[in-house]
Amino acid sequence: MISIRLLSASLVLASAGASASVDISGSAGVEARYFFQEAAYQHQDRAQQSLFVEPEFYTEWNDGTDSVLFRPFARVDSADSERSHIDIRELQWLHLADTWETRVGVGKVFWGQTESLHLVDIINQTDGVEGVDGEDKLGQPMINYRTFGDWGTLSAYVLPYFRERTFPGEDGRLRPPLPIDGDAAIYESGAEEHHVDYALRWQKSMGDWEVGLSWFDGTSREPELIAPGVTPDELKDVAPVIGPNGEPVIVPYYAQINQFGVDLLKVQGAWLLKFEGIYRTGQSEDFTAMVAGFERTSVGVFGTQYDLGLLVEYQYDERDDNFFATGQNDIMAGVRWNLNDIDGTEVLAGVIQDLDESDTYSAFIEASSRMTDAWRWRLDGYFFSSNNPTETYYFVRRDDHVQFTLEYFF
Amino acid sequence: MTGRSRLLLPLLAVWGMLLAGSAHADAASEEAGLKVAKERKARDQGWDNSVAETLMILRNAQGQESTRDMRVKTLEVDGDGDKALTIFDSPRDVSGTAFLSISHTTDADEQWIYLPALKRVKRIASRNKSGPFMASEFAFEDLTSFEVEKYSYDLLREETYEEMPVYVLEQKPQDEFSGYSRQVLWIDKQHYRVHRVDFYDKKGELLKTLEFEDYKLFKDTYWRPMTSLMYNVQTRKSTDLITKSLEFGVGLEDSDFDKNSLRRAR
Repeated sequence: MISIRLLSASLVLASAGASASVDISGSAGVEARYFFQEAAYQHQDRAQQSLFVEPEFYTEWNDGTDSVLFRPFARVDSADSERSHIDIRELQWLHLADTWETRVGVGKVFWGQTESLHLVDIINQTDGVEGVDGEDKLGQPMINYRTFGDWGTLSAYVLPYFRERTFPGEDGRLRPPLPIDGDAAIYESGAEEHHVDYALRWQKSMGDWEVGLSWFDGTSREPELIAPGVTPDELKDVAPVIGPNGEPVIVPYYAQINQFGVDLLKVQGAWLLKFEGIYRTGQSEDFTAMVAGFERTSVGVFGTQYDLGLLVEYQYDERDDNFFATGQNDIMAGVRWNLNDIDGTEVLAGVIQDLDESDTYSAFIEASSRMTDAWRWRLDGYFFSSNNPTETYYFVRRDDHVQFTLEYFF
Repeated sequence: MTGRSRLLLPLLAVWGMLLAGSAHADAASEEAGLKVAKERKARDQGWDNSVAETLMILRNAQGQESTRDMRVKTLEVDGDGDKALTIFDSPRDVSGTAFLSISHTTDADEQWIYLPALKRVKRIASRNKSGPFMASEFAFEDLTSFEVEKYSYDLLREETYEEMPVYVLEQKPQDEFSGYSRQVLWIDKQHYRVHRVDFYDKKGELLKTLEFEDYKLFKDTYWRPMTSLMYNVQTRKSTDLITKSLEFGVGLEDSDFDKNSLRRAR
């Protein structure tokens, strides 16, 4: 629904700006996923192919102080109908002035400093069908005012519409035994997805430091999962996890929350020290969570032109039983290998180990390189292990997979 | 006695040669070197700000070529290093990526990169100045502004280079994190323009040779090379940096070189 409404809005905008020149760029590609193990649940396949396209239309006027960016996205998936989807990633009018700017429309915002987890980043909803790393986001309708000076940058957001998280369907892998029915979401607010959310962020560079403070008041982007037929009032009596002999579907419940966030980075010679922490109230329990660590990059390792970065991050979350809070007491160790070659070859690989349960861990590898100036290949691999049915990774323990992508940039 | 002196003589001769060699770096030649460096800097002051369109051609040892288009905005800062904002236009997968560098004469530089797909501004550990810039043969430190305080100097000799009378100047980086032990520069006596730089790695071996060509005069005062050719002697890879357009006094100021301008870059 939202997509269609936004699309018609975009057509109006597009025709209004028809006289101006429009830059068209973007990318499109094919992706193949292969799962190493036989599926754990019915209806799931071993292989999955898809096509995606993400064009970008840009036009500016008033000497570039006004511009509109339109970036739709579409994917068609061979196995999972939920993963076949379209979205407006961006459709935004940007107005620039000397010490302030406004963004009106659908946009994307990133907050934070750490790599393994983005706790502070809360404006955009995760496009959960896209990838397991949670880096893909749905476009967020917003009015944003940003002002800056020697005192830093202050951003204020009014978010008039909520985007529901996407989840793999019955035919998709990387889900609990019962699929999560994203469309059947339950809200704490009577306004449901029309609840107006607010957010504020202040950010400043101070010498070797990057400091950010943020506040969010509105609908939680991260749901709690509950059985169907349970009203929000009864939620306190229902453990927000999936029962082992569960109900026919699982339903996301979006509470009204307040979240305070702090994100810090310090440059310490060749080291980057990173920290993010949040305190959230309004869900079934109030909690703190944090992630802290470092990235240390060595250039010209082993007498080559390679850069080698070592990343270590510790993840802590006070919650015991939230499906999405996997970093309760975990440590991520990884390497970022940049070959500094003409093809721009990069490899990022790492392991996230649960410190409470030695058999619960996950691992990832993300490698990519250019074939020509326009084509890039990407190979991603994700691996999950757990023997404990209360751990999220237990549900996806058979979903180890590699994903190969060919992407064309135009 | 005679046997001893037979041994002693060549030793003395070697000692004498060593002395003579080090005598090059006496106070007078160091003073002269510093003077050349200061004059070089003085001749290039007051240009304020500029914007350039640049083409980078990368070439590996097998001759495979790849090009990068970028725009570079630069702001001169009195008494400190310059500020530079680089926006990449190609290859297309990195198009829109922007790089902000605030360099300092003695303190560590400050650097940020903007990744448009993620909408993320990332701080970079600038100590990695010896690393390659965009996979080219130029290191980050080769592209930051020349500041007198960054090196110690020694005027090696005066000679003729491509029919121009030149100073041959040695400069040693003061920063221990530089990738070089020393650099040798050929600077013409008339305009104090650099025509060639030899870069020596930390082991003292010749690493790269940089040649500046097609000097053009801007605002009747400032000479800029339209072509910079960097050749890595050890890997036989090379990078050409070609200035397609260059304009001075385009009204850039401090506020065009912060994280907000990095996000705005397009």
